[in-house]
Amino acid sequence: MTTETSAAAGFDRDRLTAALQDYGVYAAIVVLLAVNTALAPRFLSLENLRVQLFQAVPVLVVALGMALVIGTEGIDLSVGAVIAIAAALIPLYLGYGPWPAVAVALVGGAASGLVGGGLVAFARVQPIVATLALMIGLRGLAVILNGATAKPVNDPQIGGLGLDSWLGVPEMAWLAVVLVAVVAFLVRRTTFGRQLTAIGDNRAASALAGLPVRRVLLTVYVISGVLAAFAGVLIVGHGGYADPANYGLYYELSAITAVVVGGTPLSGGKVRVLGTAAGALFMQLITATLIQHDVKSSYEQMVEAVIIVAAVYAARGRAGR
Amino acid sequence: MTELAEVDRVNRRTGRRAATAGDQRRERALALVQQQGSSAVLVIVVLAACLLSPGFADWANFGSILVGNAYTSLLALGMTFVIISGGIDLSVGSVFALGGVLAAWGAAHGGAPLAVLLPVVCCGALGTVQGLLITRARLAPFIVTLAGLLFARGFLQAMSNEGSTTYLVPPGSAFLALGRGTWLPILTAVALFTAGAVLLLRTRFGQALFAIGGSEQAALLMGLPVARTKTLVYALSGLLAGGAGMLNAARLQSGVTNIGVGYELTAIAAVIIGGTLLTGGAGSVLGTASGVLLLAVILNLIGVHLSQYGSSASDLVNGAFLAVVVLLQTVLSQRRRLY
Repeated sequence: MTTETSAAAGFDRDRLTAALQDYGVYAAIVVLLAVNTALAPRFLSLENLRVQLFQAVPVLVVALGMALVIGTEGIDLSVGAVIAIAAALIPLYLGYGPWPAVAVALVGGAASGLVGGGLVAFARVQPIVATLALMIGLRGLAVILNGATAKPVNDPQIGGLGLDSWLGVPEMAWLAVVLVAVVAFLVRRTTFGRQLTAIGDNRAASALAGLPVRRVLLTVYVISGVLAAFAGVLIVGHGGYADPANYGLYYELSAITAVVVGGTPLSGGKVRVLGTAAGALFMQLITATLIQHDVKSSYEQMVEAVIIVAAVYAARGRAGR
Repeated sequence: MTELAEVDRVNRRTGRRAATAGDQRRERALALVQQQGSSAVLVIVVLAACLLSPGFADWANFGSILVGNAYTSLLALGMTFVIISGGIDLSVGSVFALGGVLAAWGAAHGGAPLAVLLPVVCCGALGTVQGLLITRARLAPFIVTLAGLLFARGFLQAMSNEGSTTYLVPPGSAFLALGRGTWLPILTAVALFTAGAVLLLRTRFGQALFAIGGSEQAALLMGLPVARTKTLVYALSGLLAGGAGMLNAARLQSGVTNIGVGYELTAIAAVIIGGTLLTGGAGSVLGTASGVLLLAVILNLIGVHLSQYGSSASDLVNGAFLAVVVLLQTVLSQRRRLY
């Protein structure tokens, strides 16, 4: 897709932009780690890295689903509300044991994905509106299910999922590694992955070529819903509380940022799974860096806003044409 | 006969089907739902509430519904323009809060003129920057305005010492007169909605907006100032949101920092329920007004009958309403789709 410029300089610049889009996020992570370590050697300690991972993993999990949705030229704004739904369902079903409660939460996420994906795939509603309706409605539903006050979730299994470590690395980070591998395999090595990017490239052409457009779209939104619900489980486990009124707020923004920073264009047709994971880690590193230097959260928000716009601007270059 | 069927089949494939009687019926139904749907539902809901809900049909209650929504309705007014142009503005809730904080700060530090000017200028500028990013840098509106949401929220937190300082409007300030009474807020909103309707229907800007929302490519080829018009739309939305926040601060006599979260969603819901197509190119200010009132009446009824659930029940109803309306619009307007 690179333009065939005759001038060597032009070609080099194209290649440079492309490389920056594809690998810029990894370079940025290395630079940030180096700077932080130089300023405060403590930053690279296992303890600190573990704390950062606990924060980054839920966003990463949500971002994986979001990357698939964005790959189909869609968007899923409902993920934050799905986290709230998962948080509301867990205490309701905890009486049946931890794993049934987790299963119900995941089923809740899948159901939300079915509704959103159904609207997108079958009724052909624009993804942004379909998931916006879910975003508004589901948080209301979650708060109704749970009540306005947070409920404690004192379960060793769910708590362990959110708090325990194995070989010094959070259990949830191990799970995230597995999820990244699975999603990467799905995108790169399966028919489903091919179909997904083809639909993102050109939905009409894919439909005319006989691809199962509706089924793939539906599946993608269901996956996104389930992953968001799983992130909700992790957040409840880590916090020890279920607080649907406040859990998952702005997660859709963080997830979209992670995806875009990782080099997946919003225009669809391409999914970068490892980049997405790196994008989530990068955004967490930014937050950690700012916190370490006592930058107030208000400035941190503004910096984040600027990074988002810059990342989308950088990613736009190639995909927009 | 068979030839006709063949032509129809090909046209169906290519999306170039001739308009049939069914299509025309559908088109008319769509237009009707779009233009009159929300007003009709509003009338039905109000009548039903008057008959069934004791205490609803009361001037004091009507007054409180209208005053309570006078300022937030301005967010929906700005959003109407944005959505007709084919975009979306997710920043209005934060900008509303920012406008309030700036107004209270201005009233405390420089008197009434600063209190009015500061939020209007700053929020208008923020809207303009968003508009420029969308038109000149060609970034997706929802991502730019999501970043704008974050930025405005961060800015007001920074101004208010992380939300711990609430600026108060000095008791004697002339600024307070802007938000007093029952009629002034209502009339302000009515005047601005009327001005908005005139702007949309009777000016070149409004006509360009419909053209751009209908097809940006065609509007460009027609020689319309696409970039300028779209930038202006976001500037207008920021201006209205900031202005609404300013008026709200005059009413509350302070710059409340944690206000406005999720207001953009209610505004979008009101606009869509009012019949404006989210794909752009069609919509009306009057529809938005009835959308705002419909959601306000439902919220009022929920407050009376389902008060134990509070605003979360209204969120649920908003979301469900939005889904139904969008589904209806999409199903009715599907003639042009290819697959």
